[in-house]
Amino acid sequence: MKQILHIALRELNTFFDSLTAYVLILIFLGFSGFFTWIYGADIFFVGQANLNTFFTVAYWSLFVFIPVLTMKSIAGELKAGTLELLLTKPVSDWHLILGKFLSTFFLIVIALAPTVLYYFTLWAIGPVDHSAILLGYIGLLLMSMVYISIGILTSCIASNPIIASLSALSIGIFFHIIFDVLASNFVGFFGGFFSYLSLSTHFESITRGVVDTKDLIYFFSISFFCLFCSKTILSNRNL
Amino acid sequence: MDIVVEHLTKRYGPQKAVDNVSFRVKAGEVLGFLGPNGAGKTTTMKAISCYIKPEEGDILVGGYSIHEHPEMIKKNIGYLPENNPLYQEMNIIDFLEFIAKIHSVPKYLIPERILDMVRTCGLEGEKHKLIGELSKGYQQRVGLAQALIHDPEILILDEPTTGLDPNQIVEIRELIKRIGKEKTVILSSHILAEVEATCDRILIINNGRIVVDGTAEELRKQAAGNEILKVGIQGGEVKDIFDLLFQIETIESVDFIDVDKNLFEIQSKPDSSSVKSIFDTCVKNDLYISELTPTETKLEDIFRELTLH
Repeated sequence: MKQILHIALRELNTFFDSLTAYVLILIFLGFSGFFTWIYGADIFFVGQANLNTFFTVAYWSLFVFIPVLTMKSIAGELKAGTLELLLTKPVSDWHLILGKFLSTFFLIVIALAPTVLYYFTLWAIGPVDHSAILLGYIGLLLMSMVYISIGILTSCIASNPIIASLSALSIGIFFHIIFDVLASNFVGFFGGFFSYLSLSTHFESITRGVVDTKDLIYFFSISFFCLFCSKTILSNRNL
Repeated sequence: MDIVVEHLTKRYGPQKAVDNVSFRVKAGEVLGFLGPNGAGKTTTMKAISCYIKPEEGDILVGGYSIHEHPEMIKKNIGYLPENNPLYQEMNIIDFLEFIAKIHSVPKYLIPERILDMVRTCGLEGEKHKLIGELSKGYQQRVGLAQALIHDPEILILDEPTTGLDPNQIVEIRELIKRIGKEKTVILSSHILAEVEATCDRILIINNGRIVVDGTAEELRKQAAGNEILKVGIQGGEVKDIFDLLFQIETIESVDFIDVDKNLFEIQSKPDSSSVKSIFDTCVKNDLYISELTPTETKLEDIFRELTLH
């Protein structure tokens, strides 16, 4: 258990040492701040004291950022040979995978943390639906979980980080857009099936304030499935 | 802790990197693993340190099988991989601390262990540098330090002295010898002198199979065939000396090494020595010996002979 935390914290430090974390946080905050407060259909046009604009922006930017963060998780270690260093220590494949998962997850939490200011600002302006905002954040974290898991899986499969990130992005597009589009083109069983697979369906239902166990099962099962596949691929390495 | 390797076989595609290899290493023994490139040294070491799973066979480390209890084995092994992979962007102290934590070294012991390793491996002057900024020799020392930090029972070192300068090589050898007194050490190398200087036992592996298993002495004895002498004889014509030498009964063959300096290479018949008869012949014919050196069979020759076929 401790091993997971040690690996995660080391990785998190690397994100900060290599400036990746700063660049990411800066871009993320810049983007979300710009679109939430200044540009287009910003928060003042909604007519309600909610953060839905911000959640939509974050929903899209995390989708793009996460594959970049996870691309080197396993592929990079394999390339540098440090995978051998780690896995010959008392570290199991699960420890490594979960450590990598947690490190990126922590980074996302750190990137999201300053945006709590938006919430306080909004609170000062008008009556805020507190639980809706809390659920919005939970939705973002659940969604990040899914994309981090997909990113780690592709990083296990592809030995090249660029390929890993691009394939994570293309798998992500299915969950992000394509299943949704398919769902609206089908009726009956397939319609329901694709609608269930689409991440946006579940994300929206959570941000709307409805927490259904079905949604939670969806997020957790996809994450677990991807992490489990990653572990299996890592265990069957023939190096 | 003993290491028992039983019928280890590992394939990469159709090629067998290691083919039915079995050997034992007793606790407190220093075993040298020799072999040409691609012989299967690294594969065997990776299998012992639980990085790869062999298709067939088992390895028992202190009674634990690599298939069933890899966690228990990994705790007791300090492993230095072949190309010494390290986190280049970390500094030495942070890196060693991370490795110590991963090994569950008690928190209060960590600073002490790190200092100890920095001192033992001669990293004092560099300890605040990033690993990526170090020269190869210093990186190798960091690699050794990380392998030793949790005070393991077993040390597995894959080519520990590559990239080191001669002084460092001597230091590292001393270090290995010192560690080898209380711990089990397996080290691989293709430098024979190194293995001879540090190891109690030598294992030569070729094409995935063990070809020799024994001490350096035993190896020499096994390969030492007939007596070979390098002899310089002066005081006469080369041709006459040559003829005289040929008349000695115990001599099998005579070769010229240097005609101008009257240097010969003389090989005796099996189980006989020609030193005395050469001397007697020279006295009888009024010649004198300017040089007489027995040629010892070099380990290099044995190695070449065993691994070239």
